[in-house]
Amino acid sequence: MSVEQLTVSPSPHIKDSHTTKEIMWWVFAALVPALVVSVYFFGWSALRVSLLSIFFCVIFEFLIQRFMLKVSTTICDGSAAVTGLLLAFNLPSTLPTWMIIVGAFVAIAIGKMSFGGLGKNPFNPALVGRVFLLISFPVDMTSWALPFSSEAFFGVDAKTGATVLGMVKEGIMQGKLISAMALPSLKSMFAGNMPGSLGEVSALALFIGGIALLFKRIISWHIPVAFLGTLIFMALSFNLYNGERFLAPLIHLLAGGAMLGAFFMATDMVTSPMTRWGQIIFGIGCGVLTYLIRTFGAYPEGVSFAILIMNALVPLIDKMIRPRPFGVVKK
Amino acid sequence: MKLKTFRIGGIHPAENKLSRAASIEDAGIPTKVMIPIHQNLGAPSKVLVKKGDQVKVGQVIAEPGGFVSAYVHSSVSGTVSGIEDVTDVSGYRRPCVVIDVEGDEWLEEIDRTPELKRECKLEAKEIVEKIRQAGIVGMGGAAFPAHVKLSIPEGKKAEMLILNGVECEPYLTADHRLMLEHAEEILIATQVLMKAIGVDKAQIGIENNKPDAIEKFKTLLSNYAGIEVVPLKIQYPQGGEKQLIQSLMDKEVPFGGLPIDIGAVVMNVGSVFAVYEAIFKNKPVFERIVTVTGKSVAKPCNLKVRLGTPISYLIEKAGGAPEDTGKVISGGPMMGKALTLIDIPVVKATSGVLLMRQEECERHEESACIRCGRCVTACSLGSVPYLWSREIDQGEWEKAEADHVMLCCECGACQYACPANIPLLDKIRVAKNKINQIKRARSQK
Repeated sequence: MSVEQLTVSPSPHIKDSHTTKEIMWWVFAALVPALVVSVYFFGWSALRVSLLSIFFCVIFEFLIQRFMLKVSTTICDGSAAVTGLLLAFNLPSTLPTWMIIVGAFVAIAIGKMSFGGLGKNPFNPALVGRVFLLISFPVDMTSWALPFSSEAFFGVDAKTGATVLGMVKEGIMQGKLISAMALPSLKSMFAGNMPGSLGEVSALALFIGGIALLFKRIISWHIPVAFLGTLIFMALSFNLYNGERFLAPLIHLLAGGAMLGAFFMATDMVTSPMTRWGQIIFGIGCGVLTYLIRTFGAYPEGVSFAILIMNALVPLIDKMIRPRPFGVVKK
Repeated sequence: MKLKTFRIGGIHPAENKLSRAASIEDAGIPTKVMIPIHQNLGAPSKVLVKKGDQVKVGQVIAEPGGFVSAYVHSSVSGTVSGIEDVTDVSGYRRPCVVIDVEGDEWLEEIDRTPELKRECKLEAKEIVEKIRQAGIVGMGGAAFPAHVKLSIPEGKKAEMLILNGVECEPYLTADHRLMLEHAEEILIATQVLMKAIGVDKAQIGIENNKPDAIEKFKTLLSNYAGIEVVPLKIQYPQGGEKQLIQSLMDKEVPFGGLPIDIGAVVMNVGSVFAVYEAIFKNKPVFERIVTVTGKSVAKPCNLKVRLGTPISYLIEKAGGAPEDTGKVISGGPMMGKALTLIDIPVVKATSGVLLMRQEECERHEESACIRCGRCVTACSLGSVPYLWSREIDQGEWEKAEADHVMLCCECGACQYACPANIPLLDKIRVAKNKINQIKRARSQK
């Protein structure tokens, strides 16, 4: 050892092993089980949508940083890849390629980079992309492939059908009773054997990924539990009031994007509150809004809108919910 | 059983107590010591010796420069070769009494026998005065003069004496070994201190990773009324004064206040052992236990060291500095100071010397805050480091002050937890400095 080469820096001299990069790639890895299930049910086209979405999200981030902002690129930190995969998970497997590219562009360029990049965006970029596509191309965005109906990699000609929530919404508008609707069994909903966005269908796979993230302490339980708990509570209350008009809580949990939203979208650190109590309020808000939109709104599914609305409230929540400073008494 | 701990926050870094099984060894006496004159928090002491003076072990070489100040004693016998400016832990050059060692001649009144004494006939005032005379300061690292803590201000009342045996810093084991090997002395001194501040209750807080020390105290406690040992959850910064008081008493020291405001007096076990030596052995503070450790260190150990001994001398005792040493820290890895040189003298507050490997000591590149909230969750004082960081970046000192940045105890938990490698504590230190300047300017108006 040479004394002249001693490193001198202020304390602390040790660091927790978690890094941003590690967190992002863990989230990515936790999404893989759901991707595998999706490929099983929707064929190679699920993989096509995912790869295209990831590729273009990463490329757009790279191009914007390299040529517009002229800064060093952060594509290796994994956040663009996670956004890409999450966006894909919110798309039907039959979506045309050019729409995927538009979605990726809106997610990264408008949803993320226009605010200053990672950490600065107020809204979940993948949801910004998704909602843009949903509003712009409502027909393509709600044509869901039936499981096992598409074999080709570019399986645009797959047979399509409505999602469970879509069927129920339409049925109720026609005055049908829920017991008279032909819904898939709870078992196939749990596994993911139903039409839907490619990543949201398998509650089981998403649950496994979510538990892995909780176990690795990448996310905390507060948002998922508050979100899903509120959704179950509201669904149960209305269902007990009128079981023929309001869906059972388990269907709310398994059909649609509740699991994906609660474990992977609402827990996005950048766009959720900093404190534990803030996260609980955020989760409850997501749950309430999801239920209200699904049940009383124009759209059959409300997870994306609920999370985006709550994203907008995050600065307010963070301002109001703060830990009490040690030894400071409120006057 | 659920262990007691502080209300919120905290982290659990790898403990790495490599030297936990190494008994305290005498480090011996170097050929030359450099004793810094200003070793305490508060006013600097005034030198009483000059070049050419003969000194004995235990002789006063500097006297307090005010109430919040402390005596300094010679740790060796020999000739004062000068008062020189020597680089100390802070990295600044500060005056030191440099003594060339000749023999090892102690002042006659110091009792060097290991015999255990229990009888203390001194009155409360006399006890505090004797502690002042012995130059005892907080030996956990803060170096706050002990007699100031023990002089309960008018209108305040002490309720409980708290012994800090937590040692929550990773690597350090000096207090642990001291508790194991000198438990009886610590308990005797605790009784003396209880008398000094007029309380009938004392608790020893020990982190639960030292079950042997907890056990040792428990077997002895039956002879000592009013003293309790409390195992605490292994959670950094359990040994912070505010955190420890909250863990034990479930009360918060008011912001801007002192522990005595809620009736607590906290002493580190090292200081309490020094009290025993001062009261019963007439021995002032001129040596202390120092842990010398590190992952590549050949022989991690706990040494009994004369103050003023160069740290390089201790490193040799532990088997020399390993090839891969990149950083030498005085203290632990969370709050210790990185040294610019290794021949810096050991002072009253030096609890350990940690040699870190090159690859352990590099800081990683900072990236954007992803608002993960880990800094908020890590903070035991209920602060919002991410928000401070933003306010500090924009130079909004007043805002940072309003958000209680001055509350920060600089434990480093937020920076430890940050996945984006943001130097949160560096920024907070800048802000605290700046706000102190602003406050000074305000009071001058």
